[in-house]
Amino acid sequence: MKVLVAIKRVIDYAVPVRVRPDKAGVEALLPKLSMNPFCEIALEEAVRLKERGVAAEVVAVSVGPQHFQDTLRTALAMGADRAVHVPVTAETFAAAGAAGGGGGGGGGGGGPAAASESPLQPLGVARVLAALAGREGAGLVLLGKQAIDDDCNQTGQMLAGLLGWPQATFASKLELAKGAARAVVTREVDGGLEVLSLPLPAVITADLRLNTPRFVTLPAMMRAKKRPIEAAPLESLGLAPADVAPALALLAVEQPPARAAGTRVGGVEELVRRLREEARVL
Amino acid sequence: ASTLLYVEHSENGTVAPATLSAAAAAKHLPGQLEALVCGSGEAVKHAADAAARLPGVSKVWLASDAALEHPLAETHATLLSSLAARQKPSHIMAASTAQGRNVLPRVAALLATQPVTDVVRIVDDDTFVRPIYAGNAFATVQFKTPPAVRVITVRPTAFPVDQTAAAAGAPGTGGKPAPVEPVPSELLAPLGSVPAAKWESADVRSTGRPELGSAKVVVCGGRALKSAENFAMLEQLADLLGGAVGASRAAVDAGYVANDLQVGQTGKVVAPDLYIGVGISGAIQHLAGMKDSRTIVAINNDSEAPIFSVADYGLEADLFKAVPELIEAVKKVKQQQ
Repeated sequence: MKVLVAIKRVIDYAVPVRVRPDKAGVEALLPKLSMNPFCEIALEEAVRLKERGVAAEVVAVSVGPQHFQDTLRTALAMGADRAVHVPVTAETFAAAGAAGGGGGGGGGGGGPAAASESPLQPLGVARVLAALAGREGAGLVLLGKQAIDDDCNQTGQMLAGLLGWPQATFASKLELAKGAARAVVTREVDGGLEVLSLPLPAVITADLRLNTPRFVTLPAMMRAKKRPIEAAPLESLGLAPADVAPALALLAVEQPPARAAGTRVGGVEELVRRLREEARVL
Repeated sequence: ASTLLYVEHSENGTVAPATLSAAAAAKHLPGQLEALVCGSGEAVKHAADAAARLPGVSKVWLASDAALEHPLAETHATLLSSLAARQKPSHIMAASTAQGRNVLPRVAALLATQPVTDVVRIVDDDTFVRPIYAGNAFATVQFKTPPAVRVITVRPTAFPVDQTAAAAGAPGTGGKPAPVEPVPSELLAPLGSVPAAKWESADVRSTGRPELGSAKVVVCGGRALKSAENFAMLEQLADLLGGAVGASRAAVDAGYVANDLQVGQTGKVVAPDLYIGVGISGAIQHLAGMKDSRTIVAINNDSEAPIFSVADYGLEADLFKAVPELIEAVKKVKQQQ
């Protein structure tokens, strides 16, 4: 069975971001880009399936600007067998004069994109992944539950909808035996856990506790640098720029309202008094 | 224009508090509000009756079928999209809960439209504000070309429920319920053959406490609690205050409490009237999940803890001394009331 894993490149989770003065997006305080942490968990799970002999091949896929290839190299170093890059930039839409031309911004809409951002929105990414899942004959597609830049939490569900496949989002455990026709997934739901059994092919999105991704070693990274990354242009997948053009324009990005500075209290007695008299919450 | 609201309900037919918030959010959109309740058996009938009393709801669609018994995205999204194709609402809305986030994007894909999830403000029909980067920024997005239907999920904490209106619609208080109409049977017929997951089991604990996402008071503990047993202290405090217990990711990872109690970017977003953070340093991921709380109390022995920067009242103290004191003080207050 072939497992497809979708990979997004984002501003590293540890790097603080701030809203740009022109309100067109955010800027990172350090130029460090990494694999989206939830994508990393999805990839780790796929590599473990390979190591257990359940998956025959793990294909890492990324849709976006040229520099997303750097993250695909990390995916190869982590254990992906192949990497496929579908190049899409803001120019893709501008050149084609497609709806939303010139638009970009992975942060939930169009407008000028920060260097890290993909000009795509989840529907566009889902359409590309659906085409690739078909081309590759994938038996399972693993994705992160959300990207930590736009926090959309949509792509996996949309991909499953487009393919007409069963879905299990927010997975915290995956049980899948070699040659099995079904995967058993434990999902995190409000108030606890839920167990689903999915006929394959299926789409599964990874939550935080599915696994702890391995560290990438330097030698593995060096070896990955020499390996090819396949470029799969939209046209080769039967898609036009208009199919993946962003539907949403980004009008503004603003800072959340700051909380007024609070005070320190001297002890429990003062705390309780002020919660009663000032805040009136007791 | 009209809005179709996807109603979430429990196994006993109670409408989820988050759905009440979604109904409140729908008031910011023009046109009638119709609700869709999916399920099977007695539960779905109860839920439909309850949904018919939600403020603003003018009609309830009742979809009762064995294939809808559990909230599986495959069958629920298929029904929702086929009803939408027939009724042509301008908006489809749900609360941004685990269930809403699971189902609505799939609905959007089936209707070939880009959804907008986790909306915190509705500017107009086509313009919405949503948090990005773990709530460190808010993006205003607008459809470039208004689609036939806009699919959105709303963050429950951003749309407070009007308790008076909700109470007015409650059974027995004279509110006139909206009519309940079964969805056309031809929409149910194909559900049995939709390739879908099979629901095996659920482990959803009932603590008797309010649901974390909608509780008026939330008491959160961090790794400094040092053990699962010590969380009993926070449970006692939460019970005195009629609140829910939550935790930081560190406390969840350390195994002190269950996963579903995690408050933060990847866990639950809470915005209670009173949040009390005990032994929580205030990692950015946690702050993203609680900083919209009305009053924030932080108890921590580290004077440099980042949580103090968002706390209205910061108490620098040893939690093992301060929490029992606080419990006693709250007991006294409650006795006086």
